Amino acid sequence: MNNVDKSYELRLYVAGKTSKSIAALNNLKRYCEEHLKGIYSIEVIDLLEHPQLAEGDQILAVPTLVKKVPEPVRKIIGDLSNEEKVLVGLDIRSKIQI
Amino acid sequence: MFMAVTDANENHAFRHESLQKTLTGIPGLDDITMGGLPKGRPTLVCGGPGCGKTLFSLEFIVKGALQFNEPGVFMAFEEKADELAANVVSLGFDLEELQREKKVKIDYVHVDKSEIEETGEYNLDGLFIRLGYAIDSIGAKRVVLDTIENLFSGLSNEGILRSELRRLFQWLKEKGVTAIITGERGENTLTRQGLEEYVSDCVILLDHRVINQISTRRLRIVKYRGSLHGTNEYPFLIDDEGISVLPVTSLTLNKKVSSESISSGIDELNNMMSKNGFFRGSSILVSGTAGTGKTSIAGSFIDASCKNKEKCLFFAFEESPAQIIRNMSSINIDLQAHIDSGLLEFFASRPTLYGLEMHLVAIHKAIKKSKPSVVVLDPITNLITVGSVSEVKAMLVRLIDFLQEEQITVMFTALSMNTIVNDQTDEGVSSLVDCWLMIKDIESNGERNRGLYIMKSRGMQHSNQIREFVITDHGLELIDVYLGPDGILTGSAREAQILQEETGEVLHTNALGRKDRELLRRRKVLEAKIDSLRFEFESAEEELNKVYIEEELKKEFMEQTRQKMTDIRKGAGYRNEK
Repeated sequence: MNNVDKSYELRLYVAGKTSKSIAALNNLKRYCEEHLKGIYSIEVIDLLEHPQLAEGDQILAVPTLVKKVPEPVRKIIGDLSNEEKVLVGLDIRSKIQI
Repeated sequence: MFMAVTDANENHAFRHESLQKTLTGIPGLDDITMGGLPKGRPTLVCGGPGCGKTLFSLEFIVKGALQFNEPGVFMAFEEKADELAANVVSLGFDLEELQREKKVKIDYVHVDKSEIEETGEYNLDGLFIRLGYAIDSIGAKRVVLDTIENLFSGLSNEGILRSELRRLFQWLKEKGVTAIITGERGENTLTRQGLEEYVSDCVILLDHRVINQISTRRLRIVKYRGSLHGTNEYPFLIDDEGISVLPVTSLTLNKKVSSESISSGIDELNNMMSKNGFFRGSSILVSGTAGTGKTSIAGSFIDASCKNKEKCLFFAFEESPAQIIRNMSSINIDLQAHIDSGLLEFFASRPTLYGLEMHLVAIHKAIKKSKPSVVVLDPITNLITVGSVSEVKAMLVRLIDFLQEEQITVMFTALSMNTIVNDQTDEGVSSLVDCWLMIKDIESNGERNRGLYIMKSRGMQHSNQIREFVITDHGLELIDVYLGPDGILTGSAREAQILQEETGEVLHTNALGRKDRELLRRRKVLEAKIDSLRFEFESAEEELNKVYIEEELKKEFMEQTRQKMTDIRKGAGYRNEK
């Protein structure tokens, strides 16, 4: 992989421990272990505990995965069940294809 | 009208306590809705682009914070907070200050499809949490979502969106906030995304129409569940003070009346009416053909009212204020002095500036603002240029209604161009005006003179005579029309007739004097004759007397002589007897 120089800062916004948020977190961890091993960090933010944080990242839907670094900022909403879409959204898939 | 509506609403609310309302603070809207928007429920405000949805909802929030001490959250899906603030600075709303005081919170929700990837199930709890946090942080009672339909362009899963919106509105109701949701107007539906399905308590439709190149904004309450409301289309105005809606038809006819009178400014005209002027709070129509002095009558009415310390408002639709002031000064009416003392205000606008309804709203606003007791509209017929005769008629009906409600004495001037318009004025306004002065041209002997008469004057005796109306450089005068042997005489014919009669008088007295002198002379002649006859008679008498005396003397002397003779003879005889 040629993206070792980059690190991924990921934030997952959830609202409580719903089945959707747990599914999203599990999916995310699996993808990261598979494709970004060692260069990623995941921060889970529960909006029920920190509602004031929703405004900053323009969160509407939950669960929302926000890729802060590297640029550009991307958001992926939903339970992240579609691996293909998540990887494209995180700019991982296209790079693997090259 | 406003009082009545408020009272009715209070009664209404008392009977049905279930439906409480929240005042919007938007002038006029609270009258139409009879107390405001449904409290604790969402209201849908929809309309095409540029119809004023955002301003409408923002004013709801700002007025709530300023006037009713109800903090509000404005969730903007279209414009950023600083853009919104900049847009309404011109209306005198300081959003930043209000946000610092925690009375208003503006939350900009950015939805950009290019940044968002969707995979799998999700819900809008993020939005709920944001909104809930914003509401709780300032204790908001009012919420605006402007324009929530933008979500549909950012998120593609319509099924989730629709069910989430339904949940959102339900959640807003549970929160007990009075909400406005704005929506863009769709092809054949009220909103593009069919929001009216979810928000069914109150739907307000805003419209922006251009007719004859003049745009008019209108507002209609499509639906208001559980409440009476005005069903018409109401024009509204966006100006430097925000939105004002005009309730165009009053619901009641229970105006107060006054029996106090107010001078017309022309003494002779006052004398033609038994109350020595117009009733306060009545409406006066001055109609006449071009150049008959309608504005001058209005000017002199204003002058008299200002001198009585009445606050006056002059709506000029034909001439500029400066022009009117100059023209009035030529007949010795100094309006500038009244402007300087603050009693007179001018409000001049071109009829074509905006539509008829807008004029009405503007007039309303000006009157509400300066609270005059006397209003002049000069001339109302100029408004026909922006509307049909029937529209003008309808507008005037509403205007007169409003003015009478406010106990304002109003004078209209109307140009009667020909009999058709005159008839229209007759039908349309006559039934509403209390007093109608007509100025007519009287043409004769190659000149045109003005005749003024009172067509009607409700509630008082008035003269039925036509007076000649003369404009002089020291004011307006009414002169009794001269009734000569050949009919009514005016202008120079009247002067001529007066002159002629004066001449006749002089000749007549002269003739009389001559006859008197003639008589005197004849008398003197006769007296002289009488004298001479008397002298003649005296001399004849003397003559006769002379003969008579001579006779007497002669007789006496002869008697003496005869006595003497007798005595002589007797002496001889006596001696003989002796």
